[in-house]
Amino acid sequence: MEELILARLQFASTTLFHFLFVPLSIGLAFIVAIMQTLYVIKKKEVYLKMTKFWGVFFLINFAVGVVTGIIQEFQFGMNWSDYSRFVGDIFGAPLAVEALLAFFLESTFIGIWIFGWKKVPKGIHLMSIWLVSIGTILSAFWILVANSFMQNPVGYAINNGRAEMNDFLAVLSNEKLWVAFPHTIFASFATGAFFIAGVSAWNILKKRDLDLYKRSMNVSLVVGLAAALGIAFSGHSQATYLMHAQPMKMAAAEGLWEDSSDPAAWTVVANIDVENRESTGRIEVPYLLSYLAYSEFSGKVEGMNTLEKEMVEKYGEGSYIPPVKTVFWSFRIMAGLGGVLIVLSGLSLFLAWRKKLETKPWVLKLLIASLFMPYIANSFGWIMSEIGRQPWVVNGLMLTSAGISPNVTAGQILFSLIAFSTIYTILGVIMVMLFIKVIKRGPEEPKEEDVSTTDPFETGGVTHGAK
Amino acid sequence: MELSEFWFLLIGVLFVGFMFLEGFDFGVGMSTRFLARNKEEREIMIKTIGPVWDANEVWLITAGGAMFAAFPHWYASVFSGYYLPFVLLLLALIVRGVSFEFREKGESHAWHRTWDYALLIGSILPPFLVGVLFTSMLKGLPIDAEMNINASFFGDILNLYTIVGGLFFVALSYLHGLFFIGLKTVDDIRARALQQSKKMYVVTGILFIAFVLLTVMQTSATEGKLGFLIMPMFIVGAVLYAALFITMNKHREGLSFLLTGLLFVIVVSSFFVGLFPNVLISSTDVANNISVYNAASGDYSLKIMTYVALTMVPIVLAYTAWTYYIFRKRIKSSKEEVGY
Repeated sequence: MEELILARLQFASTTLFHFLFVPLSIGLAFIVAIMQTLYVIKKKEVYLKMTKFWGVFFLINFAVGVVTGIIQEFQFGMNWSDYSRFVGDIFGAPLAVEALLAFFLESTFIGIWIFGWKKVPKGIHLMSIWLVSIGTILSAFWILVANSFMQNPVGYAINNGRAEMNDFLAVLSNEKLWVAFPHTIFASFATGAFFIAGVSAWNILKKRDLDLYKRSMNVSLVVGLAAALGIAFSGHSQATYLMHAQPMKMAAAEGLWEDSSDPAAWTVVANIDVENRESTGRIEVPYLLSYLAYSEFSGKVEGMNTLEKEMVEKYGEGSYIPPVKTVFWSFRIMAGLGGVLIVLSGLSLFLAWRKKLETKPWVLKLLIASLFMPYIANSFGWIMSEIGRQPWVVNGLMLTSAGISPNVTAGQILFSLIAFSTIYTILGVIMVMLFIKVIKRGPEEPKEEDVSTTDPFETGGVTHGAK
Repeated sequence: MELSEFWFLLIGVLFVGFMFLEGFDFGVGMSTRFLARNKEEREIMIKTIGPVWDANEVWLITAGGAMFAAFPHWYASVFSGYYLPFVLLLLALIVRGVSFEFREKGESHAWHRTWDYALLIGSILPPFLVGVLFTSMLKGLPIDAEMNINASFFGDILNLYTIVGGLFFVALSYLHGLFFIGLKTVDDIRARALQQSKKMYVVTGILFIAFVLLTVMQTSATEGKLGFLIMPMFIVGAVLYAALFITMNKHREGLSFLLTGLLFVIVVSSFFVGLFPNVLISSTDVANNISVYNAASGDYSLKIMTYVALTMVPIVLAYTAWTYYIFRKRIKSSKEEVGY
């Protein structure tokens, strides 16, 4: 029992920590690639400065994302060996494909991008950052292929007590994947966009490098508004998906114990009493839940009690209700922040278009605050998604408690939990310090330096140890 | 050849690629302590691997992913059974990975020293642990009927043979890295790398002999299905090592680098040859051996994965080779334009 709690805590901390970096990497790679494209097309020096300046954040962030990602891949086998045995056939495949398709691509071309400014032609160098961006997006796609199987298992058959893949196309066309992938990518673009918007707002308030930060602001607000709208639309398709594929998660997200009336009202806030299985003091918006669930203003939503009864019939005695309060509030924090981002980026973009953004310090201050919002929303989104799936590790197929490594002791997990948490804390603190340092220093003037390498095949380069 | 056998081979290739490529990155990491005399020299050395180390590490990640996909039982048993070594490996790879990026972002002496040590630990521990991993797998571990490894850290995982195996991997990585530095730098550093490699040649040679002897004495490598290949492989290894003596003394860094790389090919593949058709050997009951056949995923999954691998691996190799071509020049100073 202790092992289970510790292993889950380890998984949660590693995944949440890793996912602080992933969205910013995806978002910044994309936006930096846009900036470099603007430089190559418009040939304005300021776009080069922007590319390099925001690139510094991207690289620091990417480094931490990569190293925490290694734990992510190894921890399935370390802490969840019985889970790995059960799903490896179908879950391991996308991870291997991710490495072949995405990791090699991004790590190779990021090397060319960092060190190749003077070594490859402009077009090739621009292609490198785009390939890095594509690599980060492909990586997200394949890991979501794996995660979608846990949420909504498809394309498999159970043989010898293992889930074996029998339809790759079904795995790739998993409905969950095609609602989660756009949602994650839009959220990542928003993370990058509001990071740039927030840092730029701070500098605009301080009247530093106005030309550069205003241009950065414009690029990021366009991406930010598009991404925030994309998040909302893909979020809505997540909800309609949940209704038929994972209704328990949806009911928990609504704190809905009994079946709703028809049409169903959406609960803004409520006091959830898990012990007595009731939610009191609801503040409701009529029709909205029906709309979220079915895209129309009618239709009832089944409550957790009904759903649990069905699951007991199907899977046997047990509790099949996830931690309701966590799912309920995570959903509200995530969706609420998403709403704020739409309004804020819409308003800011309008002001920027009318050239009035600089004259509205309160909007700029809100934009600084918006830097943190995607981080919070991303984290609570994953908490809702993964906690809402409990008690299953693979929905309907395997209980989380059945997945842990039988040969790993609580002491071992505790040791690694402490070791990894310590290193996460150190890395997190250092990264924030470095970010602040780079923000304070500001963009550097591009400098012309001579490239003094020697071709090893030229005579001058070969000086055998004759010294 | 069955698909499961093909995947066993492919995973072998991935580990070979990992040690061939990341091996010299580890060696360069070690030389920042044992060869470099000052900050400038350290930075030149780090720069020789700057554009490539990250992609080289991906070989390990891919090997892990391929084990997960093609042999779920192998992946599950190894990663849970070697819990502590993997925690250490991860910590080492983490501090090393960020050291490249963090190091240059600060100015103080203490800051640089911190990341220098992170790089050093992160360059010694991983080859050591990989060496321990392979040697102990070949020697056998207590595996129960549920395929779970219940190994003690001191004894089953760490013992004379595995420590020798680990040290051999460290020494060979260092030697490999010294030749890489010889290839990528000029003047004084280059000359000293050569001097150092002559000393390391002796150390590595002793470890190589000890490793071969212990492999023959303490493991069943030569008795397996492909066991007849083990001795010829070691003999080829010895011939290569003798040839290395000549190329090294003739100051042919390129050839020497190739030879240490080939030695990694021989040594790493000897584990796979020695294990086959097993992937894990049970020291308690042969019936609990885990083999290529009972650890593998279903044929459908392996077939899909084979299509992906056969398409992607050549492409990856092509652009990897292209990167080395782009960054083929020697590095003379740490101040060269790198973009930032």
